[in-house]
Amino acid sequence: MKNFARLFTALDQTTKTNDKVLALEEYFKTTNDADRTWAIALLSHRRPKRTVNTTLLGLWASELGGVPQWLFDESYHVVGDLAETITLLLPPPEEGSGESLKFWINFIQSLESLTIPQKKQQIRWAWNRLDGTERFVFNKLITGGFRMGVSQQLMVKAVSHYTGVAASKVAHKLMGQWSPEQHTFETLLLSDEERDYSKPYPFYLAYALENDVSELGNPLEWFAERKWDGIRGQIIVRNGALFVWSRGEELVTDKYPEYVVVKDFLPDGTVLDGEILPFKNNQPLSFNHLQTRIGRKTLNSKLLKDVPVAFITYDIIEWQGTDIREWPMAERRKKLEEVVGSSSVLRLSPLVHFETWEELAAERLKSREMSSEGIMLKRKSSVYRDGRRRGDWWKWKIDPLTVDAVMIYAMNGHGRRANLFTDYTFAVWDNNQLVPFTKAYSGLTDEEIREVDRWVKQNTIERFGPVRSVKPELVFEIAFEGIAESSRHKSGIALRFPRIYRWRRDKPASEANTLADLKMLLNG
Amino acid sequence: MKLLEFTDSGIYCPRAAVYLDPWKPVQKALITHGHSDHAYFGHDQYLCTHQTQSIITHRLKLENNVQSVGYGETIHINGVQFSFHPAGHIPGSAQIRIEHRDEVWVFSGDYKLQPDGISEPFEPVRCHVFITESTFGLPIYRWKQQQKNFDDINLWWRKNQQEEKVSVIAGYALGKAQRLLKNVDASIGKIFVHGAIDVMNEVVRTHVPGLPLTYRVLPEMKKQEFIGGLVVCPPSAIGSPWMRRFLPYSLGIASGWMNLRGARRRRGADRGFALSDHADWNELNQAVRETGAEKIYVTHGYSDVFSRWLKENGLESEIIKTHYEGELAEVAEGNVTGETSNSPE
Repeated sequence: MKNFARLFTALDQTTKTNDKVLALEEYFKTTNDADRTWAIALLSHRRPKRTVNTTLLGLWASELGGVPQWLFDESYHVVGDLAETITLLLPPPEEGSGESLKFWINFIQSLESLTIPQKKQQIRWAWNRLDGTERFVFNKLITGGFRMGVSQQLMVKAVSHYTGVAASKVAHKLMGQWSPEQHTFETLLLSDEERDYSKPYPFYLAYALENDVSELGNPLEWFAERKWDGIRGQIIVRNGALFVWSRGEELVTDKYPEYVVVKDFLPDGTVLDGEILPFKNNQPLSFNHLQTRIGRKTLNSKLLKDVPVAFITYDIIEWQGTDIREWPMAERRKKLEEVVGSSSVLRLSPLVHFETWEELAAERLKSREMSSEGIMLKRKSSVYRDGRRRGDWWKWKIDPLTVDAVMIYAMNGHGRRANLFTDYTFAVWDNNQLVPFTKAYSGLTDEEIREVDRWVKQNTIERFGPVRSVKPELVFEIAFEGIAESSRHKSGIALRFPRIYRWRRDKPASEANTLADLKMLLNG
Repeated sequence: MKLLEFTDSGIYCPRAAVYLDPWKPVQKALITHGHSDHAYFGHDQYLCTHQTQSIITHRLKLENNVQSVGYGETIHINGVQFSFHPAGHIPGSAQIRIEHRDEVWVFSGDYKLQPDGISEPFEPVRCHVFITESTFGLPIYRWKQQQKNFDDINLWWRKNQQEEKVSVIAGYALGKAQRLLKNVDASIGKIFVHGAIDVMNEVVRTHVPGLPLTYRVLPEMKKQEFIGGLVVCPPSAIGSPWMRRFLPYSLGIASGWMNLRGARRRRGADRGFALSDHADWNELNQAVRETGAEKIYVTHGYSDVFSRWLKENGLESEIIKTHYEGELAEVAEGNVTGETSNSPE
């Protein structure tokens, strides 16, 4: 654990990717096989299950720290992180710990079957052995909130340097379902055997187009498709079975029973890339509909009837059991069109025809009526890469919808933004009353955040725990990607991807938009 | 008549007609220390310690209207007895003791208990009523021993030196900068200072013996000169073009706020050292205990929390709004205007 805590500190202390890769390599070199595998698992978001209730952890920590509950809560508000709060409030440990990372993860897992008093005893034993960062990392693991400032790509790079295995291969091996309990470092990364039929490929992700589209050169070298507003997914048919993966590397086969039929008309050894999209009467539905299905444990027949899904596919990356990611896009597209027949569940994402950039720009303006978010551009000669890359694939989104709104509540942020008012609630006018309709967290510069934070502290009307109501004075332009009716919100509407577009210092609150203005957009 | 009252202009002693650390212009002001949220410009007369006199004369460009006394020396104004006692916050800082007919009040100003090597060490003063700050009045703020912090700073400097980087460390110009200079291991390499700190070093040098040799950063200096060195600058320099000459550098910030990971990450510093000139949670409690006071007024900081805590522990306590307040957290984080900034932490 000492080694791992040192790695955590090293990663925490730098924002430079090179230093991070070096720190990871150094850790891989100096630790044992089991810990190495666990570290990779943790860095790719495979955390141990939570085995102790966080409220109890807080309670035990306040007890040990001699701090009453209210003071614990105040401290937590300021720190903005439970694991860190506990770390700071506990008295210093009396013993030391030489145990490994694996030991502590097993320790956390072993708590599951214990009674609460037994758990308490075990946790106190652990806290009394761990100090500083070790204690913080332990608390992060046990509260289930463990994250490190390392992207998948960075981690892959470090593993690749350390093992000498090519990065694309490492990325693929680390996909899908695996756990350090079933794998050693050897079987996970170094053996060539591939038995896991469910294993997906890393997704190729596009950046947003930064320059004028005409700078992409000859339009005839590019494919264009609609950019669908669903969940990116991968459909795998291997060994007579179907697997559906979401971009979050979550196996979601059971969540979309509609797709079962796909394995009947796709041959074994096929992998398709595409979009999980709510689709009804030959029309995509808004993302808002899909949201009603996400997170449901059980699907009832009404939901399946109201919000059926289709898979809109735009790429094929495995054919007849062979990885074809190296084929040029044009050939993969040709193969895809051959493979995908006409079915209401499995649909081909059509190409948008254009010969000049002006024609494509005109098509892009039709995005909303096509229920899409814009245009995807893919170079016809491009291979299928992994992770987010510049150059061959671009997303060209439509401009967001915007509305001017008044800030009425502010709340402390978390983590990096703890102790600063960064989470705001916005309202629009409805008959001389301000009706809250959305929250937004991001979009301001650090300097603006500090300025708003000071303003909030000086213009608070009332406090409700961490939330403050403020004088309705500041106006912000809120941008969003979509709007839908919602019975769950007081305003009757729900926004997709709301964020602060800019601070309208030039506008008084009286000139903000109205609820009627917003409702107009519903039909737009 | 109460011995002290809390007014719009500052803490006021009606019997003596003097103010303590007032923020609006008054006739007679008693000043605890030289930070600009305690020592404002515009009063007719100032009274403070000898050390503070040289600081505020420089900072506020005062001439003949500052009178000074030594620690423990007593002054009588209209029958009220005043004396200044070390507060351990920065060189010259004092708590002000006020006595009238067996009733004793103490106004702490800003203070810390841990010795820092440059300030006159804090001295507990028995009193009936104690007015305390509460900048770090939460149990999440508990400082390491000073030496532990400097071990970390020295280690960081050495590591940067090996990597041929410049170590840039930010701390406010009056107090923190000298504390850094005095305690860092000067044998590691050359130490450079920002102009604002160089000026302040000259002002306090007579009261702070043993500052190491430093070089003021000058426009004509070559980039190579800084490699492996340590640069001490005020927080206002962070992110300014002035910093570019040190590239590649590692940036450290020395401040109590750095005890929290969120604050460290937010400031975009490579390293945060939780080195504070204010009392931490344990010190606040110890200080209150050692005064023996029955009534505690709590000023700037987490005053509501600390006051409630004191009440739960059987003391009489009230929150006082002052201009030293402003929820200090963001004063420190947001308002980094440097030398004359009113951000003492």
